[in-house]
Amino acid sequence: MAARVYRTTGIIIKRYKFGEADRLLTIFTSDHGKVRAIAKGAMRPGSKLGGNVELLTHSQMMLARGRNLDIVTQAQALDTFLPMRDSLELMSCGFYLAELVDSFTEENVEDTELFDLLLDTLRRLTETGDGERMVRYFELRLLGQLGYTPQLHKCANCNRDLQPEPNYFNSSQGGVLCRECGYSDMSASTISVNAQKVLRLWQRSDSDTAGRVKLNSELAREIKGILRENVRYLLEKQLKSIEWLDRLAGDSKLNGDRATTGNSNGNQA
Amino acid sequence: MNPDFLPSARPISRLIEELNKLPGIGPKSAQRLAYHLLQAPPERTRDLADAIMAVKQNLRLCSNCLNITDTDPCGICSDGTRDLTRICVVEEPIDILPLERTKKFRGLYHVLHGVISPGDGIKPEDLHIRELLERLDSGSIVEVILATNPNSEGEATSMYIQRLVSPLGIRVTRLARGLPFGGDLEYADDVTLCRALEGRQEMS
Repeated sequence: MAARVYRTTGIIIKRYKFGEADRLLTIFTSDHGKVRAIAKGAMRPGSKLGGNVELLTHSQMMLARGRNLDIVTQAQALDTFLPMRDSLELMSCGFYLAELVDSFTEENVEDTELFDLLLDTLRRLTETGDGERMVRYFELRLLGQLGYTPQLHKCANCNRDLQPEPNYFNSSQGGVLCRECGYSDMSASTISVNAQKVLRLWQRSDSDTAGRVKLNSELAREIKGILRENVRYLLEKQLKSIEWLDRLAGDSKLNGDRATTGNSNGNQA
Repeated sequence: MNPDFLPSARPISRLIEELNKLPGIGPKSAQRLAYHLLQAPPERTRDLADAIMAVKQNLRLCSNCLNITDTDPCGICSDGTRDLTRICVVEEPIDILPLERTKKFRGLYHVLHGVISPGDGIKPEDLHIRELLERLDSGSIVEVILATNPNSEGEATSMYIQRLVSPLGIRVTRLARGLPFGGDLEYADDVTLCRALEGRQEMS
């Protein structure tokens, strides 16, 4: 029988109020996958857990197995990504990464590499202050890690080598289509030569190299569109934090989304 | 519990079920409360029922600060002795109680009724931020104190409001984040300690 108490490190990707002062946490751990656990009394000011189990904190924890939910008995933050918390933009990127991981993973399925990717991305975000590019890199690598690597070298339909020219991208086919296959595919969107180059580079490079790739705003928007559509296709839903990210970036109109007219002050920030 | 199996008469099962939905009341407490009410004198139960109904029927939101009130404007907004130039922004009506207990703050409040939470799809329009900006239009406010909870969503909400209010030339302050009284350095988390160091004050 498995030990009653176990030690792990993880990143808090979701948390709810639970009862009077408890928190129900969703922790993405390095060695037990996604785990749900109760942090008792975490909302009280003097709680030993408190800030150590806050959203997007990397913590070392002791957990006791419970009948339904595990219980956090001790927690010590290893990294709180403090500079990220001081920036509304970076924190919002963090909210999005957490929602992505939560949406794509099942409970108790170990995925150390995805954990490392999340941790590395949060660190980069904090160090470089470059949210946008890191989020895109994370999306692409997350897809790869989960077995949805977009096909970028050969046509996803006819398997012929792709020519260095503008081609097409179709999420349901799982990657880039050559001009002939893509031309007649109504659900495919065009993909520029540069976007293909960046995605190919990111697919095989570490986050440090990925962060050094220069993207002009047009290219950044194109890559964002492609990856987001791929994520939306796989999840069959739009993630909730996307609308918020777009509003912060002030580009909600460019994405043709149904921006609410409510608080127009919001976009001037 | 098996829904088809009712150990008690139907009305009492229903009462237990309703009580069970209250925060902090588990199935056992619900049973105890239900049987207690059953044995209590009829006036007592009627008083309780009246009190519960009155809460729902007579209470509304203050048109000024959006606190829960039975008079409009609420007691705080209509209190002539309070400082009308400072507004303290809180997440929920219940957050006003601890602040009032300190007797340190004599200004007005503004209740957001929530926090921005992108992961849950809660956006600024879902809160009462626009009403806050309308109050600031009067020009008489000199300071906005952000008293949202010191967690990820609370901080994001404060940063967002600060961006809207600062350009209006109004002073924006945030409640200090530091060590809790009666706490212990050993168990303090890094964020709290960093904030406590940043916000340290000279002893005099």
